[in-house]
Amino acid sequence: MTSPAYPITTEKKEKSIWKFLVEEFKPRGKWLTPFNVISLPVMLAGLVLIVFRFTEGLGAVSNVNQEIPWGLWKGFNVVTGVAFAGGAYVLTFMVYILKMDKYHSIVRVTVLNGFLAYMFYAGALVLDLGKPWNIFNPIIGNNFGASSVLFLVAWHFMLYIFAQLIEFSPAVAEWLGARTARKILSGMTIGAVIFGITLSTLHQSGLGALFLMASEKIHPLWYNEFIPILFLVSSVFAGLSMVIFQGSITNKVFAYQLSKDHRKKDNGIIHGLARVCAGALFAYLFMQIIVFIHGQHWALLNTPMGYWWLFEIIGFVVVPLFLFLYSYRNYNITLIKVASIITIVGIILNRLNVSIIAFRWDAAAHYVPSWMEIVVTAAIILTQIWIFRWVIHRMPVLRESPEWAKDH
Amino acid sequence: MSINRRNFFKTVGVAGITLTGLESLGSPAEAAKADDTEFYGFLYDSTICLGCRACEKACAKAHGFPEPEDDAEVGVIRKTSINQRSVINKFETSQGEMMVRHACMHCNEPACASACLTQAMYKTKEGPVIWRADKCMGCRYCMISCPFDVPKFDYHSSNPIIQKCDMCFDRVQNGEIPVCAETCGDALFFGTRRELIAEAHRRISESPDSYIPQIFGEKTAGGTSSLYLSPVPFDELGLNTKVSNESYPAKTKGFLYSVPSVFVLLPSLLLGMHEATKSKQSKNHEND
Repeated sequence: MTSPAYPITTEKKEKSIWKFLVEEFKPRGKWLTPFNVISLPVMLAGLVLIVFRFTEGLGAVSNVNQEIPWGLWKGFNVVTGVAFAGGAYVLTFMVYILKMDKYHSIVRVTVLNGFLAYMFYAGALVLDLGKPWNIFNPIIGNNFGASSVLFLVAWHFMLYIFAQLIEFSPAVAEWLGARTARKILSGMTIGAVIFGITLSTLHQSGLGALFLMASEKIHPLWYNEFIPILFLVSSVFAGLSMVIFQGSITNKVFAYQLSKDHRKKDNGIIHGLARVCAGALFAYLFMQIIVFIHGQHWALLNTPMGYWWLFEIIGFVVVPLFLFLYSYRNYNITLIKVASIITIVGIILNRLNVSIIAFRWDAAAHYVPSWMEIVVTAAIILTQIWIFRWVIHRMPVLRESPEWAKDH
Repeated sequence: MSINRRNFFKTVGVAGITLTGLESLGSPAEAAKADDTEFYGFLYDSTICLGCRACEKACAKAHGFPEPEDDAEVGVIRKTSINQRSVINKFETSQGEMMVRHACMHCNEPACASACLTQAMYKTKEGPVIWRADKCMGCRYCMISCPFDVPKFDYHSSNPIIQKCDMCFDRVQNGEIPVCAETCGDALFFGTRRELIAEAHRRISESPDSYIPQIFGEKTAGGTSSLYLSPVPFDELGLNTKVSNESYPAKTKGFLYSVPSVFVLLPSLLLGMHEATKSKQSKNHEND
């Protein structure tokens, strides 16, 4: 590659960057793909519903009530979604702290996924807030509710978004061709990684700690004082299962971006992650069993809620644990993918159980999300995929960094 | 780096300024030292209440709500709502039909206030737990945390409020008593929590046949400002007896106290691991 002739005057440079950006923001490729045809109407419907929600109040769109004040937007978008975004902190730990270089090629895409997830979940949070214009109260001003777990979670969300932005920023710099900026930003990576892992440890468990005060409201099979630790441990395999699942889709959809070398390594990465998932699942199962035995809830097992609990633990913890172990031993990549999907379903089940289904299980009126809540949730996820696609097409996330950026 | 005497004094000085500076920002501990205000509260004697609902109506009138029209009925649980801060319910108990009043318990250590990340829910030094509209962001975490399901959210407004009894905080500040206690002749009393507990114990010991020897609220949820006397077990009156005697904020204490240590120890550990694995990596790269 030849280096551009310098000196370029700053005026000229700015103009060219401006042109470059305009060019980059234009959509590329075919418009009428099946994905676009399905997703666009859902996103538009979601937008209409969001406007409706802000003019008419939360009750016009959502089925939440006085007994069960948190519905799908909190229980799924935030509590479940953040667990799935846990892959970013686990992978950065493996790659930057433990130096497991094997996984280096998927760090960028995982961090991007994590970053977008947090942005959109924070966004979903705003939809659910009754008075979102006061959202900066806990951040600025003399309104620090420092005794609140939610205060901690809110701060950590915000700080972690910045940390992830720094972790991802070298890719942006490479896209813009900003060499000096890239050098500075990639020098900040390790700091951001250490800060990010610490923040993640605390807010993944913090999401569980949110429910500690609801001690009589959550069914005893799901409530215990170890919720924070259970949430933290389960975020490890939740995040990695999501990495496996998303990886297998993105690698097909964006196959043209991948180098031969990358594709060759791919199965090895999935295989390695399966072992980590199995380990984390085992630790989680072990803790669940200890908590159950210490809770002395044997009698509760023979009730409808007890069967539901067993369904979650056996069907979505024990089964994927054995699937991961079996497929790891036999190097069965397809089975690993199946196991990761089962794990994902299990995490959705667990988080919804704690936050919605087993929450006020004894209440007269149960909460069932309205179709409008589901459409908005779908619209949020689809918008996230659109932005993800936009970034993948333009920045070196899946594809190799440009020659000049390969410093080692 | 060595520390000499001058530097040591400098450090101490800075630390001192920091500490006093923080205190002078008006921490609750400082305020509590300055005056000896006690928590106020209600004592409700269910053996006396006839269920006339005058307290309910006075409450509605004082706060500009429509007058609640439905009478208390056995089998129907009337609930507080966005338009009603207190309700009287009727229960069939082992001692016949009984009336009971439900409103905010004004806990000594309120779950809602400790849950609130903007201090919109706030325990005043006089005892009332109040809600402040300009601080609230409407997350409804107070509703998740309150063991008595007291805070009510206006789901049908673009600028919603949280509705709950505030013990007529504006009146209490002016030395007046809340409208409900003022309206009720015999069953609902207002006073400092200490006096009310003494009064409740006096009633129990003077006529032990009329009351069970417990006060709902003396220890419930770590102690509340609303206290109940009853001739029958409290659950027969629809009071939530599942509520633990431990204060609710204490349940999150362990987690929150672990945060500073994690914040110091984990990054050091990670940095250490990073340094320890560094040499291995650079060697690998040399081999590459």
